Amino acid sequence: MIEISNVSKWYGSFRVLHDCTTRIEKGEVLVVCGPSGSGKSTLIKCVNGLEPYQQGGIVVEGISVGAIGTDLPKLRSRLGMVFQNFELFPHLSVMENLTLAQVKVLGRAPAEARDKGLKLLERVGLKEQAAKYPAQLSGGQQQRVAIARALAMDPIAMLFDEPTSALDPEMINEVLDVMVRLAKEGMTMMVVTHEMGFARKVANRVIFMDGGEIIEDAPTEDFFGKPRSERAVQFLSKILRH
Amino acid sequence: MNFRWEWDVFLRDTGGGQTYLDWLFSAWGWTLTVAGGGWLVAIVFGSVIGTLRTVPQRGLARVAAGWVELFRNIPLLVQLFLWYHVVPALIPPLKSLPSIVLVIFALGFFTSARVAEQVRAGIQSLGRGQTQAGLAVGFTLPQTYRYILLPLAFRIIIPPLTSEAMNVVKNSAVAFAVSVAELTMFALLAQEETSRGIEIYLAVTGLYVITALAVNRAMALIDRRLRVPGYAGGAR
Ligand SMILES: Nc1ncnc2c1ncn2[C@@H]1O[C@H](COP(=O)(O)OP(=O)(O)O)[C@@H](O)[C@H]1O
Ligand SMILES: [Mg+2]
Repeated sequence: MIEISNVSKWYGSFRVLHDCTTRIEKGEVLVVCGPSGSGKSTLIKCVNGLEPYQQGGIVVEGISVGAIGTDLPKLRSRLGMVFQNFELFPHLSVMENLTLAQVKVLGRAPAEARDKGLKLLERVGLKEQAAKYPAQLSGGQQQRVAIARALAMDPIAMLFDEPTSALDPEMINEVLDVMVRLAKEGMTMMVVTHEMGFARKVANRVIFMDGGEIIEDAPTEDFFGKPRSERAVQFLSKILRH
Repeated sequence: MNFRWEWDVFLRDTGGGQTYLDWLFSAWGWTLTVAGGGWLVAIVFGSVIGTLRTVPQRGLARVAAGWVELFRNIPLLVQLFLWYHVVPALIPPLKSLPSIVLVIFALGFFTSARVAEQVRAGIQSLGRGQTQAGLAVGFTLPQTYRYILLPLAFRIIIPPLTSEAMNVVKNSAVAFAVSVAELTMFALLAQEETSRGIEIYLAVTGLYVITALAVNRAMALIDRRLRVPGYAGGAR
């Protein structure tokens, strides 16, 4: 469903991504890990065209992301994205956060959008918070609203960029629980995270990035069982110790 | 010193069948018209120009930067004379426009450069996150500005916009230079005719102060109406 082929990207003369290739099948969960600055955010943002790339290709359900003439807003509306810092719209209520794009992008009737919003808030356990504003919620609640906002567009796949790394430890699980359920329901997901418990539980494959390269790309069991590269071994021993 | 207030000067006839009080209030009306019109022009153009300064299209951003430099760096009085004497000479149809319209545009464009800078700063204080979040749900870039970035930016910049709005009231005094019968013009003429400069200037000062305070209150009201529960706003 998502095919990343030999993608390279530069910031000026600095190469952020080097010849990255991987793919995600429908219903699969791909976990992306690697040290800070290795290009994980950049790679995931290339998938929905938030970041342009200079070489290679990314194809999402037959649509080439980098091609001239691609309707990027339409493509993005079909790919849900969840950010490290939530990025809810602070001037809109929780319900408006969920309905605005449904109405303005998908053209849904406001009543229909509200129904959808309520259903999703119920699903992430926040139905009572519909009238509140983002700043009145805890970090974990905000991130669950952000997931609901993305799901409101009926995405064909979800992209998560370190969804729990800005959260206090006691809130991480409430967000991971929502993600695990989503994965088990068959959602196609690309997840940048260091939550290896989550990866073991639901990932089909794990890729390890370092210095803009995909060093390791393996089925989850193989990745944790016998990682091949020295750097992945080191990285794993570091984060698993915590 | 043998000074006596003579506030009844305002009841004297100007010679044209109206009192100085009538004239004072009509002058206040012109001041409000110039300031209000100028503010409207400033907000419309300032919002557009300030927005364009932040778009990824380099050409548009550069044109907008040129606008700001042009209207910010020439003294207001000089701009007014340019509008009054030079622009109509270059574009003859403008000759038929009344001075009040030229003054409103001169003041409006001058202030638009300053408003544009506030709008730009407000948008930039939001960082890339909100833009990316807007684009990620499928908004086009204009929709992202319309629904996300501008509503947030305006909330953040209400305090500096308040002082710009008050500046417009004060700056409307330049209109006397092209013979618009606003408060400053009234003050100059009336004190000459009546020799009661003290009362005249105090009255005019009072009206300027009342106007500025009203603007201030209005902006505070807008600020309160737009305030988001729990959200302090980017720069505040
Ligand atoms: N806009 C930018 N301009 C220049 N360099 C950038 C920019 N964004 C990210 N980088 C650099 O690209 C590299 C990869 O960043 P990122 O994808 O955010 O890494 P990660 O998400 O793995 O921590 C980092 O070295 C970062 O400093
Ligand atoms: Mg990152």
